[in-house]
Amino acid sequence: MTDTLHAPSVSACPACVAGDAAIDRAARAPLPDARLVLSVPGAHCAACIATIERDLEAMKGIQSVRLNLTMKRLSVQADAGIEPGALIERLSRLGYDAHELDPGTLSMTETDRQGRDLLMRLGVAGFAMMNIMLLSVAVWSGAADATRDLFHLISALIAIPTVAFSGQPFFRSAAKSMRAGRLGMDVPISLALVLTVAISLYETLQSGKHAYFEAAVMLTFFLLAGRYLDYRARAAARSAAQELAALEVPRAIRLDGDGREATVPVAELAVGDLVLVRPGGRVPVDGVVTKGQSEIDRSLLTGETLPAFAGEGSVLSAGEVNLTGPLTVRVTAAGRDSSLHRMADLVANAEAARTKYTTLAERAALAYAPTIPILSLGAFFAWMYISGGDLRLSVNIAIATLIITCPCALGLAVPAVVTAASGKLFRKGLLIKDGTALERLAEVDTVVFDKTGTLTLGAPVPTNLEDHPEPAASAALALAEASSHPLAMALAGALRARGLRPEKLEALQEVPGYGVEGRWQGQLVRLGRAGWVGAEPVASTAAYLVIADERRAFTFTDQLRPGAGALVAALKREGKAVWLISGDVPAAVADMATRLGIADWQAEALPEDKAAKIASLHEAGHKVLMVGDGLNDTVALSAAHVSISPASALDAARAASDMVLLGRDISLIEDALRVARLSTRRIRENFWQSGLYNAIFVPVALVGWCTPLFAAAVMSLSSITVSLNALRLK
Amino acid sequence: MEVLGILIPVSLGLGLLGLLGFWWTLKKGMYDDPEGDSRRILRDDYDDHPKS
Repeated sequence: MTDTLHAPSVSACPACVAGDAAIDRAARAPLPDARLVLSVPGAHCAACIATIERDLEAMKGIQSVRLNLTMKRLSVQADAGIEPGALIERLSRLGYDAHELDPGTLSMTETDRQGRDLLMRLGVAGFAMMNIMLLSVAVWSGAADATRDLFHLISALIAIPTVAFSGQPFFRSAAKSMRAGRLGMDVPISLALVLTVAISLYETLQSGKHAYFEAAVMLTFFLLAGRYLDYRARAAARSAAQELAALEVPRAIRLDGDGREATVPVAELAVGDLVLVRPGGRVPVDGVVTKGQSEIDRSLLTGETLPAFAGEGSVLSAGEVNLTGPLTVRVTAAGRDSSLHRMADLVANAEAARTKYTTLAERAALAYAPTIPILSLGAFFAWMYISGGDLRLSVNIAIATLIITCPCALGLAVPAVVTAASGKLFRKGLLIKDGTALERLAEVDTVVFDKTGTLTLGAPVPTNLEDHPEPAASAALALAEASSHPLAMALAGALRARGLRPEKLEALQEVPGYGVEGRWQGQLVRLGRAGWVGAEPVASTAAYLVIADERRAFTFTDQLRPGAGALVAALKREGKAVWLISGDVPAAVADMATRLGIADWQAEALPEDKAAKIASLHEAGHKVLMVGDGLNDTVALSAAHVSISPASALDAARAASDMVLLGRDISLIEDALRVARLSTRRIRENFWQSGLYNAIFVPVALVGWCTPLFAAAVMSLSSITVSLNALRLK
Repeated sequence: MEVLGILIPVSLGLGLLGLLGFWWTLKKGMYDDPEGDSRRILRDDYDDHPKS
């Protein structure tokens, strides 16, 4: 108990079943001041900021709290030993769901730096554009001769360093694609920027009438804006995987020869080692139980809702959760050979098998990129022929064509829409990890759900409390409160909520793996497994109570995730095929399927079965959206056309999926499908719009009527209409 | 036309000033949480003692 006194803040979380383990961890490895980062998807207003910051700042050991409402992310500077679990508990009491994020600060600042770098280039291009525009307006409104030349010269002075600095992202990527022997979109862009500035400089020195400096800088500005939006969408994608990574530390407690406990990285474990798994801890390796009795929660691996008994000789797989008693496990497979690793291999195979998706933008770029240099080269040769060899005139017309064809609007067409759409979904609580996920989601016609933890919350709820008389229920409450078994905790919570008080029991003790027992008014009372209390097992999940000779069953059901019914109904209304594929027993799956009205279901599915089902649906020409949360879903998630997992999912599942549902409400998926379809339509509209603009104005440039003013006006007009169209996304 | 001799440097200087201002706000991380900042302004907690 002395540990508890030293580190009271750690155990401030009453629901924390791993309390003891947490104290040990904190006491053994003193951390420096901790910076914790939590995702709080529910925060949305000024009052949220005030409530959360004020409440947490009042907490002991917290130095500073800052809620970033844009990222819905809470940064906490805390004393050593403050566990994220305590903060999450406190936030949930305030009414906010929270998840710990990996403060892999290194990678986070890394992406941040890149973003700021792009923003800086964008800013420089913006301010340069404004200044050059001031001078250009003077020229357009009639400045002539020496004044015009002076203004052009000053413009050149601003434009050349600006393009050299701000254009770097394009130059670099163009150089890269040239080296790889491809003609990417950045090659014609870089060509346009460099040629425009060079020719304009030449014209200025020759006292020419037209210089296109503002066009060059404007092109840089608009393209950079597109690039920045694109970057932000991608950065969100990249960091989401890191962000939501590793909730559990990849460490294990190894029992050395003399019985000493040593915390070692899982990678260091070898076959034959003895590992201690405390209640509440995740089994780190595959192994056989050598000592102890407990119950094991396999739901994340297999989808089974019922905890399984584990005693000496039981075989455990990595990823299962130990519930009630400490277990000593002899390692039978570690590292490469463990079932976790085999799963990872399956995931890698599934990912390799998934055909690479060509985005709309890539298809458009592929078709469009070569036409730019071809058109302007064509214009150059045609005018050389028409004008009888007037090099200067021909070059000028070729440059005007290059500027007009340059895909300003095209560069904004996709990022503007994706940014608007993912921002919209993020505010609702859906994190889009992959930039192309929205496009893929729009094509979906079949939705496959996992059961436990996806359509349900994975938490049991008692169903027949009113069947039991008050004294029996009160005795059950007293027994249930002595255990941290999920059924017991659910039962205790529900009975308390009904206003019951626990009876006074004597000799209360938990028998790991079986249940809780005690003496009440001189009689033996037990709450636990059917066999242990001597009751007839009932069909559904239940905890059994025996008082003297009277036996009762408290039945449970897994609570549906909010919005599950509405989502399935909506999907069916839209004519999408809905499947329920679970690793749970047929009875439970069938029950869930009838409750939600899903006709097609499959039970007792192994991870391979789920993936095979998705592969066969793909072969039949369907585009499948997989929604799942367990380790047994990861293969299916990576094999599906597009995939979504809830934030409560195992990190492997979140890493494998394209989108993460931050809140509890699953009906958001319906919204996501709608927004995805809408945004794909907007992207197509944008392509048509920029195509139309080219069809109209390229001929104007080809016949030589395109003045710098005309080019600037057309360029900004098209970029603005494309952005406005993206914002129309409701 | 001599006025140009003053006006051009002034306009360039103002542009540069704007750019410097932008650079400063960027360095200070003022674009990290636009949504939160727009709400935070409505709080009166820190009217007397601004929080950095």
